[in-house]
Amino acid sequence: MKKKRLFGRTVMFLLCAAFALLFLVPTVLTISNSFMSQSELSANYGVVFSSGTSGSGGTYMSERVNLKFIPDKVTFSQYITVLLKSPDYLYKFWNSVILVIPIVLLQVAIAAIAAYGFSRWRGKIRAFIFFFYVILMLMPYQVTLVPNYLVSDWLGILNSRWAIILPGMFAPFSVFLLTKFMRRIPAALIEAAKLDGAGEWQIFTRVCLPQCRSALYSIAILVFIDYWNMVEQPLILLPDATKQPLSVYLSTINSGEVGLAFAIATIYMIPTLLLFLHGEEYLVEGIANSGSVKG
Amino acid sequence: MDKITRKRSGSNERLKDFLRSVAYIGPSVLGVLVFFIIPFGVVVYYSIVRSPLDPEFVFLDNFLALLKNSAFITAAKNTLSFSAVAVPLAVVLSMGLALMLESRIPLKSQFRTFFLSPMMVPVASIVLIWQVVFHYNGALNGFLLTFGMDKIDWMKSEYSQLVVITLFLWKNLGYNMILFMAALANIPRELLEVADVEGASELYKFFAIKLRYLSPTVLFVTILSLINSFKVFREVYLLTGDYPYETLYMLQHFMNNTFKSLDYQKLSAAAVLMAIVMVVIIAILFKVEDWFGKDVEG
Repeated sequence: MKKKRLFGRTVMFLLCAAFALLFLVPTVLTISNSFMSQSELSANYGVVFSSGTSGSGGTYMSERVNLKFIPDKVTFSQYITVLLKSPDYLYKFWNSVILVIPIVLLQVAIAAIAAYGFSRWRGKIRAFIFFFYVILMLMPYQVTLVPNYLVSDWLGILNSRWAIILPGMFAPFSVFLLTKFMRRIPAALIEAAKLDGAGEWQIFTRVCLPQCRSALYSIAILVFIDYWNMVEQPLILLPDATKQPLSVYLSTINSGEVGLAFAIATIYMIPTLLLFLHGEEYLVEGIANSGSVKG
Repeated sequence: MDKITRKRSGSNERLKDFLRSVAYIGPSVLGVLVFFIIPFGVVVYYSIVRSPLDPEFVFLDNFLALLKNSAFITAAKNTLSFSAVAVPLAVVLSMGLALMLESRIPLKSQFRTFFLSPMMVPVASIVLIWQVVFHYNGALNGFLLTFGMDKIDWMKSEYSQLVVITLFLWKNLGYNMILFMAALANIPRELLEVADVEGASELYKFFAIKLRYLSPTVLFVTILSLINSFKVFREVYLLTGDYPYETLYMLQHFMNNTFKSLDYQKLSAAAVLMAIVMVVIIAILFKVEDWFGKDVEG
């Protein structure tokens, strides 16, 4: 019996390990390839990207693609280009920051306040509104795209950062998740605060928010990832290339600059990585209590 | 007398509560109204008139025209078939992973991190790597060649949907798995212990106990995966451009191309139709969950 268990567990472990490594491959490739020289990259991947490259005519190209994880020679030349030689990339990185940070902070703040309202007081009208949020949250971006465009046009904010930030602030997804979470806060806790003479705002900030720390953090991470990698919204709502975030630029990078693309991608990954390393436990915990979809 | 004042103070209290809730919900509702609901109303309006400049009521004409549009039909079919395969796979596989990680194995939390790592990788480098792997001269075909098999043109054949499904699963399994792990952790231990004492098999434990408790999460993950299956367009678009291989031409391509040609009626009708289909799907899912998990406290 015991032997059988051990055997089963070993098989499980090996399966998990195989899957996990497979999942890790693209991440590792991105990072390791960012330290490869352009000539090594075109030697490895030339067959795939050759149609786009102009200057690689003389360089050696292998017949097949080599997926290489360890560079022959580590080079920082791509990083030097990105960070020092051309201010364009850093500028676009900054564009991303000033678009995404306000969206994350404001969306979470507005959502937390609204979620408190939804979870503290129940009623038919509020239940109906909440249901509407669920529906809206589930709408594919392609459906909300046209309305978004129309509003930005009316408000005259098309082609300004507000065209992205304002709708982002009110996305219903985080309201939904936070409401689910806040409903799990024991009513006794709130009653006790009330007996102690706390006003609603105090209950919200002193009792409710500390209880939701993990949920707030995990939602902030999700919202951050979503907007940090946005491509479609800026293309349509913010056509001005000088204001577009790095994610848009990164997606248009042509195949002749593979090395550069990997280096930029690696740099672009750093903020997300830090958030993850700092908050993975929160991410797990915050979700654990959000439960099912229905109100 | 006493009764009346109490009643009045009661309704006063209710009014106060109402005003308070408005103060908290208000900002969000206002934003949602301005940025989502009112403009969506306008989209509905556009979908039933001849054109924004010539607002003659034509009712279903735009919809009928849309249903005769071959590009739309292809796109709708592809999107449906993609979601119909990708979403159930995403649910089942992530549940499987969660169950595997749940059994006591070493390096559990490291594996969890690995599975989550795809969430971090920027779209552009995902696209580059997918090209390297699935290109006609790519790594996978090189692999096939070494085993003496024929090359397959992954991105320009019937296999292209498979490639995109792989990409979708790779990106989304980790997060779904976390949702399932969280739900598994919430199953009352005593229940499983009793089952153990009674000598229940793993299979029985799964179907009789775990699945019941997981059913709200199954619904949640299904819906989340459905949303995310619409988001996979970003990668498809960057991989293949405006007009990909036919089986990859999704509704989002259609919307995108229609948007570029500024054909508001077609676009609005498509958006409304898509919204209706989504609402129907969600309603069905809710019903299914009701039926499935009715004897478990959710």
